[in-house]
Amino acid sequence: MIDFLNALVALSNFVLIPAIAYGSQLALGALGVTLIYGILRFSNFAHGDTMAFGTMATILITWGFQSIGISAGPLPTALLALPFGIICCALFVLATDRGVYRFYRNQKAKPIIFVMVSLGVMFIMNGLVRFIIGPNDQRFSDGERFIISVREFKALTGLKEGLAIKTTQGLTVVTAVIVVALLFYFLNRTRTGKSMRAYSDNEDLALLSGINPERVVLVTWLIVAAIATVAGVLYGLDKSFKPFVYFQLLLPIFASAIVGGLGNPLGAIAGGFTIAFSEVMITYAWKKVAGYALPDALAPDSLVQLLSTDYKFAVSFVILLIVLLFRPTGLFAGKSV
Amino acid sequence: MTDTTRNFIYFTGIAALIVGTGLMTSWNLAITIMNFGLISAIMALGVNLQWGFAGLFNVGIMGFVALGGLATVLISMPPVDEAWSAGGLRVVLALVLGAATIVGAILTYNALPKGRVRTVGMIALLIAGFFIYRAVFDGGVQAVEAVNPANAGYLGGLGLPVLLAWPVGGVLAAGAAWIIGKTALGLRSDYLAIATLGIAEIIIAILKNEDWLARGVKNVVGLPRPAPYEIDLQNSATFVERATSLGIDPVTASTLWVKTIYAGLFTVVLIVLFMLAQRALHSPWGRMMRAIRDNEVAAEAMGKDVTARHLQVFVLGSAICGIAGAMMTTLDGQLTPGTYQPLRFTFLVWVMVIVGGSGNNLGAVLGGFLIWWLWVMVEPIGLWFMQLATMGMAEGNWLRDHLLDAAAHMRLLTMGLVLLLVLRFSPKGLIPER
Repeated sequence: MIDFLNALVALSNFVLIPAIAYGSQLALGALGVTLIYGILRFSNFAHGDTMAFGTMATILITWGFQSIGISAGPLPTALLALPFGIICCALFVLATDRGVYRFYRNQKAKPIIFVMVSLGVMFIMNGLVRFIIGPNDQRFSDGERFIISVREFKALTGLKEGLAIKTTQGLTVVTAVIVVALLFYFLNRTRTGKSMRAYSDNEDLALLSGINPERVVLVTWLIVAAIATVAGVLYGLDKSFKPFVYFQLLLPIFASAIVGGLGNPLGAIAGGFTIAFSEVMITYAWKKVAGYALPDALAPDSLVQLLSTDYKFAVSFVILLIVLLFRPTGLFAGKSV
Repeated sequence: MTDTTRNFIYFTGIAALIVGTGLMTSWNLAITIMNFGLISAIMALGVNLQWGFAGLFNVGIMGFVALGGLATVLISMPPVDEAWSAGGLRVVLALVLGAATIVGAILTYNALPKGRVRTVGMIALLIAGFFIYRAVFDGGVQAVEAVNPANAGYLGGLGLPVLLAWPVGGVLAAGAAWIIGKTALGLRSDYLAIATLGIAEIIIAILKNEDWLARGVKNVVGLPRPAPYEIDLQNSATFVERATSLGIDPVTASTLWVKTIYAGLFTVVLIVLFMLAQRALHSPWGRMMRAIRDNEVAAEAMGKDVTARHLQVFVLGSAICGIAGAMMTTLDGQLTPGTYQPLRFTFLVWVMVIVGGSGNNLGAVLGGFLIWWLWVMVEPIGLWFMQLATMGMAEGNWLRDHLLDAAAHMRLLTMGLVLLLVLRFSPKGLIPER
């Protein structure tokens, strides 16, 4: 019985909690991609770097706050800086829309041209981020490190295995839930949200019924900038901020959005968690959990790690391929054409 | 001004840029730029085949280039006999088993009727196959990597002439492209972009982590060369005599001569591929490709198999990138997986194609040379610019230091700007498609 509890605790500590936190971050990222896809109808390759840009703005403001002694007590100061980061990111994103995307929208260019243009935007954003904050790792998390640490947990329960929940992990999940709730309320209950969904479903019909497309696009970019910044800051708090890593996040984020069904917000969330759990479970060494859960005779000698952590991108990629092969519209019917 | 005159002016301009670099700095640098320009031009030809002819957006050029590099190691390095006897066969057996599992799963999928039995059967086969594969594979890999890890620790290659690696690199890249194209083509156009982005990351991850294959991040150095070694030339009396009679220092002469040999080889490959691409473009096949690109629905209504043609051209284009990758690794003389950056190997090639003129082979070649020259020159120019901008600031000023440090990242910004500006104001590029 104790062994079983130990197995459960080890499982939560090394698999469930990290996967839930990572899944929330991916889900937020995928929501941004899916919204852009639904409204503007292209896969935004600049999304990873939008996240990086928003995070960078937040970090700089966090440092500013820290230097003048503002803090959020046990919570990371970055939370206070987040709204300002969102504003910076939104301004930048709107500027790119004005300067770059609008021209092609008026031309009714093919989606693939938009993808290419977003690649150019990605370059510029990436360059700016590296130019301003540099290509290195930045840690900006402060405040209380743990909600519950391994030692406290062991003292509390007397189990051999410890369970740690980082503040950032708890924060990630709570923030993600709030953001998603707000987003769905907005999309389903408000007039602007409804006009966005109408535009996404049938552009011509929406235009006929008097919906202003430029306004829809504007609101979409604002929401995307906000979600992207939140996702980026949460990821940065949980791990650390490095521009190249944010570029690499693009693959799991795209995989999440496609697995869920591109253009479908609910799908993006489901996809994010699918990808995160598969990634963590396939690259985790199960030796410890199996050692507790199985009888001694069956306990494994090897690490029981299906793939080394270096291949975590391969996991999202393989899932992506499987979905494309068997169900190109994704789990929740999104748009396939 | 006719097209020919304009093209002549463009290429004379490129030649002037390279010669100018030679006169201003050194001939060594000029020939190096030219060699990489030749390779870039070949990559751009491959991408132009995909984008210019068929409108396929490949964001994974880096992966295909890296596969070409891998081919160089696998073909040209001498085999490590101890590693082969330690566990080489076991690794090969494991790979065969792994491939057999996948083939078996596909056969099962096709043989059984649709339903739960098929799904469960296929998944069970895949899982069982994976565990058998890992059981055989892990032991073999450990044995191979334990053999003299400082110098070897990998299986080595076949010990064949290095020039053979170039076509083999093309074949490897074509194989990867076939797998990707088979899954992602025929769906939305964005999906191919995302799938290629993924495969490139994974190929690099494999190259970095599978030490038994090509030593991972420990790099394989000292690849055999198709050109003589500089030191041999310097020791050869006839060469030294000839160099001194021309009035060049023998050491400089030897490096120049070696690089010129490479340039000659690359030029031959470029000319052959260019002729082939030109013939393809002006053949009925090329016209069909462009018809498909311009209107898929109409082409399909005329009885063209759009997906199959896309797959064909995607594989061909990727193969050319693979060849270029093998050539580049040969020129470097080493395989360093850590240096494969998407910016340098994927996006830069894109900028070359767009700037040169998508859909025009000559344009792709021009773009290859021009953008490569810019790529090399942007950094010193950026640094110079930054120094100019920060001249008024005091020594040790944090902003000055920051700006000077950040000059290295100017490349990203410049390339992004060039891409956006060309796409917006001159989407046809320097030499437009006719």
